[in-house]
Amino acid sequence: MSTDRDHGSTTAEAASTGAVAAGHAVPRMPMWQRVLRDPQAVITLGTLIVIMLLGALAPFITPYGPNQTDLHAVNAPAGTPGYPLGADESGRDILTRLLHSINTATVSALIGAATALVVGATAGLVGGYFGTRTRAVTEWMFNLVMTFPGVLLLIVLMPVTGGDYRWTMLIFGVLLSPGIYRIVRNLVVGVKNELYVDAARVSGLTDLRILGRHVFFVVRGPIIIATAFMAGSAISVQSGLAFLGVGSREIPSFGAMISSGFRNLYIAPTQFLWPSLLLGLITTSLVLLGNALRDVVEGSKPAPAKVGAGQRAEVVADAEDAAAGTPALLDIHDLAISYPDPAGKQREVVRGLSLRIERGQTVGLVGESGSGKTQTAFATLGVLPDEAVITRGSIRFEGRELIGLTDAQLRPLRGKAIAYVPQEPMSNLDPSYQVGTQLVEDVRWALGLDGPEAKRRVLALLERCGITDPERTFRAYPHEISGGMAQRVLVAGAVASRPKLLIADEPTTALDVTVQAEILDLLRDLQAELGMAILLVTHNFGVVADICDHVAVMQAGRIVEVGEVARLFAEPRHEYTRMLLGSILDEKTVRADPPLVASEEGIRP
Amino acid sequence: MTLLEVEKLRVAFRTRGLRAKPVEVLHGVSLEVAAGETLGLVGESGSGKTTIGRAVLGLVKPSGGSIRFDQREISGLSRRERRTLAPDIQVVFQDPYSSLNPAMTIGEILSEPLVVQGTVAKGARARVRALLDQVGLPSDASERLPREFSGGQRQRVAIARALALEPKLIVCDEPVSALDLSTQARVLDLFIDIQRRTGVSYLFVSHDLTVVRHISHRVAVLYQGDLVETGPAPDVTSTPSHPYTQRLLLAAPVADPALQRRRRERRARLRTSTAV
Repeated sequence: MSTDRDHGSTTAEAASTGAVAAGHAVPRMPMWQRVLRDPQAVITLGTLIVIMLLGALAPFITPYGPNQTDLHAVNAPAGTPGYPLGADESGRDILTRLLHSINTATVSALIGAATALVVGATAGLVGGYFGTRTRAVTEWMFNLVMTFPGVLLLIVLMPVTGGDYRWTMLIFGVLLSPGIYRIVRNLVVGVKNELYVDAARVSGLTDLRILGRHVFFVVRGPIIIATAFMAGSAISVQSGLAFLGVGSREIPSFGAMISSGFRNLYIAPTQFLWPSLLLGLITTSLVLLGNALRDVVEGSKPAPAKVGAGQRAEVVADAEDAAAGTPALLDIHDLAISYPDPAGKQREVVRGLSLRIERGQTVGLVGESGSGKTQTAFATLGVLPDEAVITRGSIRFEGRELIGLTDAQLRPLRGKAIAYVPQEPMSNLDPSYQVGTQLVEDVRWALGLDGPEAKRRVLALLERCGITDPERTFRAYPHEISGGMAQRVLVAGAVASRPKLLIADEPTTALDVTVQAEILDLLRDLQAELGMAILLVTHNFGVVADICDHVAVMQAGRIVEVGEVARLFAEPRHEYTRMLLGSILDEKTVRADPPLVASEEGIRP
Repeated sequence: MTLLEVEKLRVAFRTRGLRAKPVEVLHGVSLEVAAGETLGLVGESGSGKTTIGRAVLGLVKPSGGSIRFDQREISGLSRRERRTLAPDIQVVFQDPYSSLNPAMTIGEILSEPLVVQGTVAKGARARVRALLDQVGLPSDASERLPREFSGGQRQRVAIARALALEPKLIVCDEPVSALDLSTQARVLDLFIDIQRRTGVSYLFVSHDLTVVRHISHRVAVLYQGDLVETGPAPDVTSTPSHPYTQRLLLAAPVADPALQRRRRERRARLRTSTAV
């Protein structure tokens, strides 16, 4: 009976459940709050709001109308009483026209962006979510729209729009919509395959509801960003058209003002300056706002990558060598690795780990997810990510301290004396190169062979690693081979240099059990042949029992028990090891209770 | 009483390219699930086991054969008709990370199916509390987002969502494969416990024979789109008759060094004998 399992195991999860209940919730900050914390977003948004307010309050700020002329003031210079920025060629107050132009720009931006948004987002949601036939129709329509020469079309259609810039902007919005359509469609196609969308369908949600609740929130962020950019381009196009003199001359606009300023460039050189500055300020603000929104919505700015410095360590290695006598192949002592948590504080994920591996040993490093086993492997390889810091301890390989070495100093070791086999074979092969080419590259570098010699070597290795047709696999691209085959290829690459230590991080977790058995057989054979040591990171005790001679059990960044495999399985000493071994589904338990007969209606709750 | 009856099910996927032939992944699979029973469906990647589950859920369209639920043909239903089945057939997916919408609270996730089926908000809240209790999560979980929970806890949320409408059948697609060892056992026990209390049937898809043995009354073994063996769980998982099932059984390493060595030798013998 399955439920009769030791109840000690339930307390572990109860404890973690309690941790969730007791631990303070991660504060959930709505998007607008995060926007308000970004200085760039606040400044640009503030600028835009102030400008728009000035436009809206224009009638109260200046005594003139936008088209009110005064022949006494023609080309009045800036500073003339009543005309702080001067007047233009027709004697119209420049400040007044500037303020009214803001309104034109605002309306242009709103109409243009809103039209693009409504048309593009709707079509994108529909085209992305529904089948290929619907998508073909929307795709075709938007491709057609994209072929229209935008500004030219707007000019040609002037008789239709009657010169009203609002109609022009409506049409321009349609011309902008393919941009939004593409963003939305791509996102929807991606999110449509998420399991929670499938779950929603199984739950009986209508398509409309799924689109509204599950799909729309994914596309929300990118749409907001794109809208900021589109508003900017709507304003620019409207100004451009007005500059060319297309459309009504009654409407005050930056374009018309700049055009008039150009005509008077020699008489009043500052006239074109004011509208240009304001137009520049508005479009720059919109673009910068868009960028700031992207940073807020899509995560922080990428941290600058440093090259060649090796991983960060806060320890100074002792100059003297380890104790006399022959040092262990790998000797990790009191290793601690910490990462910054979201609040910026350092949190240790490996907390004082010590582990020795002798030559030719196979050591299993077992633990549950988050126990720090992969971090330990990465630290040994010197490939910890940038934000990780080694806070203390030492890692000695054949007596030589590895912590604090630069990438250049590590290079002679990594991939030669210390080799690596990853968990996901497919993502560790470059899809755009033939498998063989990638291996030859490694082998040439690791062994210093020339091309043809390296190729011969690779073919021999592939054959040795159980690949039946090495020539064919050599020429294949990664997508043409199976996962098991890919893992054989990576094992072949790893052992090419006859390493002394092979670090394998969950090498069989992504594979089928029958393939897993073959890869483990291969590793066992290779080890016997090459006499290398293996550090096998895994969560599977079956794999440990199959291949390891020693095993170290990790819990929360520490090794709680280490020992010979036979001993550890037979008499586990640490409580955590006992718990882990106890929760293995054993070979003999078969479901014994018969199915409930559901015809007894009362049973369902 | 047979609840689900799959007969000669064929599924083919279209491939890219002009006049490319569709690839058939299921070549006529027949199986049955009785009320209150667990049918374990074992197979390796590419065997089509997940596709069977998705066909039953209406997420892929069969190219042939029939799927009957409660004596009603459900394989060719329109989206609208399909929605009426939501209270009867539910799902728990493999990945507890992508099967919960990261932007919705646990309470919203659990009440969504209820609200869609017309439960008023107040009744839904009470039901959500009962569901959380049923899967062993604290009741204040409903205010939290999925990312605040561990993999095992998220899977409990997914189970609670599947139970919300009191279905007759839950398709479980590798529901414990992404979980840690100790969590795996507890989530399996939860599945068994729920079945004993509610009489729900499971179509339990997994690549792991040990997991399937643990929860299934009957087991069906799938190999490259064909059913190779089906029968009572003790028979199929301990004394399999089909060579493929035998290989599958011996390939899974056991957590006992001495026993594992013997199994490895047996597997090697099986391999040489089949090779000859």
